[in-house]
Amino acid sequence: MFNLINPDGSVVDRLPVTLEEMRYLYADMVEARTYDRKSMAMQRQGRLATYAPFQGQEGAQIGAAAALRDDDWVAATYRDAALNWRAGYSWELLILGRTGDERGGQVPEGVNILPPSITVGGHMIHAVGLAWAEMLRGTGRVALTSFGDGATSEGDFHEAMNFAAVYQTPTVFFCQNNGYAISYPVAEQTRSETIAAKAAAYGMPGERVDGNDVVAVLVRVQEAVERARSGGGPTLIEAVTYRMGPHTTADDPGRYREDSEPDDWEARDPLRRVRILLEKAGGWSEEWQSELEEEASHRIEAAVEAAESVPPPTLEEMLARMLAPSAEPEPE
Amino acid sequence: MTERTLAQALNDSLDTALRSDDRVILLGEDIGRTGGVFRITDGLRDKHGAERVYDTPVAESGIVGAALGMAVAGMRPVAEMQFMGFSYPAYDQIINHVSRIRNRSNHRFTAPMVIRMPYGGGIGAAEHHSESTESIYAHIPGLKVVVPSTPRDAKGLLLAAIEDPDPVVFLEPIRLYRSVKEDIPDIYYRVDIGPLRVERPGDDITLISWGAMMRETRQAAAALEEEGVSVQVLDLRTLSPLDRDGIAESVSKTGRAVVIHEAPLTAGFGAEVAATIQERCLYELVAPVERVTGWDTVFPLKRSEAHYLPSVERIREAAMRTLEQ
Repeated sequence: MFNLINPDGSVVDRLPVTLEEMRYLYADMVEARTYDRKSMAMQRQGRLATYAPFQGQEGAQIGAAAALRDDDWVAATYRDAALNWRAGYSWELLILGRTGDERGGQVPEGVNILPPSITVGGHMIHAVGLAWAEMLRGTGRVALTSFGDGATSEGDFHEAMNFAAVYQTPTVFFCQNNGYAISYPVAEQTRSETIAAKAAAYGMPGERVDGNDVVAVLVRVQEAVERARSGGGPTLIEAVTYRMGPHTTADDPGRYREDSEPDDWEARDPLRRVRILLEKAGGWSEEWQSELEEEASHRIEAAVEAAESVPPPTLEEMLARMLAPSAEPEPE
Repeated sequence: MTERTLAQALNDSLDTALRSDDRVILLGEDIGRTGGVFRITDGLRDKHGAERVYDTPVAESGIVGAALGMAVAGMRPVAEMQFMGFSYPAYDQIINHVSRIRNRSNHRFTAPMVIRMPYGGGIGAAEHHSESTESIYAHIPGLKVVVPSTPRDAKGLLLAAIEDPDPVVFLEPIRLYRSVKEDIPDIYYRVDIGPLRVERPGDDITLISWGAMMRETRQAAAALEEEGVSVQVLDLRTLSPLDRDGIAESVSKTGRAVVIHEAPLTAGFGAEVAATIQERCLYELVAPVERVTGWDTVFPLKRSEAHYLPSVERIREAAMRTLEQ
């Protein structure tokens, strides 16, 4: 499994990023974690619909999104708020969506990110179609689709992988293997030794990477993106990571995993290792950490306030979302 | 003008669309090299190239899901399902994503795409090849459902469907593909999605149908006319959005209606039509609305097909019962 930064902050090899870039990646992970904590708290207060936390997966999500160009497509899941945010989806719209408002899916023109997919696996093929259209038009855009280990059991995973390989669409399949499909361990979901191994059957490269190593993820996704952009077709990347929290706020992980399991993964935390590394290089201090957390909190509070101040949709607005404006059904 | 069958009209329509709009992409099983099992896309790959007319793997969910991605990115994909009975693997994509992407993104992302599928029986085909499950598509908000019964409508409605900003499920009646013929314009023209067509004016009774059953409905109307009944025949052409005003206008005048469809009775689209009639013109009705439909069975294989399909005689009898009131 490819990795560059060990859990203890030591490096396996010379890093292909500067100290400044590392600080940016770290700051993004801190902001994402702040959002995740805030969302959990808000759900408990009844201000958000069910929330799917991503704590533990910040390295995978920030690393993958950092490899994309501003106009690339993203088709990700309900657990990918960090990835979507880093790719250009505002906290405000993400929160608006989680309060139960379709307008949270209305990203601005120029942001090419689909609203988070709620079905498991149905969105991967969309990234194939998006990439296919861009390939035909020669725009150089790629489409990245993010999904979990559970989605690889869906028939649509097979169809999406096969179509992407057959037509050589510029699609990056980014799987965050976080150990469980809700309660079902990955080792029981498949007889394949790894998820990355499945790529071979489709005739595309499959890469396995430490998903808690933000730089390793960035490097592998960057390679896949460049391959796709230059006409080399799709890639499957398996980022091995771990969901520290429950599947959603409605889930009780105590029913299917040992309480000590998250503790084991705590040592492999994606933020911790970067913090140690930065500290050793003189790029981290307690003050900077507080500053980051405070600024992130401030931005997220502002986003929450903005989202919560949006008045609920009217009946007319609800009816008007189904078809193009010229063809709306008249309420009777 | 050229005389064309319904199948030829569809081919001409797709040819016209590919010529006039370079965003139009065709994809489906066997549609390139062979022109599809019904030859609707015959010759189009040679004419427009393999990058406009794609043969795909046998994967309906993949075809529809990829078409959705293309549509969101600004293309105008036209996906072919080989038979309606093979569209069910794609049903998840259609109802969970294609019909909803506009709603989910509050108009930011849309699905201007067409899903074509041959439907209906009458050719003694294998199981799954004779489905008429239009009501499961008409039930889904965010989708339009169109079903032509004439070559002229077939070309014009398909061009309108391709141009439509929303997804259209386009049903093609298998047994009318080559059994109806008429002169149709060679130029680009659209037939509006929505309005029904009054195929035959009349005063005593309204026969309402669509797609494949229009053939038997026409024959029943002709038989009734010979018996001195003035029959108005409505071809709905579009099931969603439904032309409720057009239905009400006709039945308010005649006071009698028979709805004819090939699908099973229970929860069939005829129920929606009958409900519309009682909502809009109960006080003008002089007889209960009759439904002449297939049975509540699986569409049977060849040797039982004649039992299943609504016959001209069954339509005529229902009309006579209605007229006796």
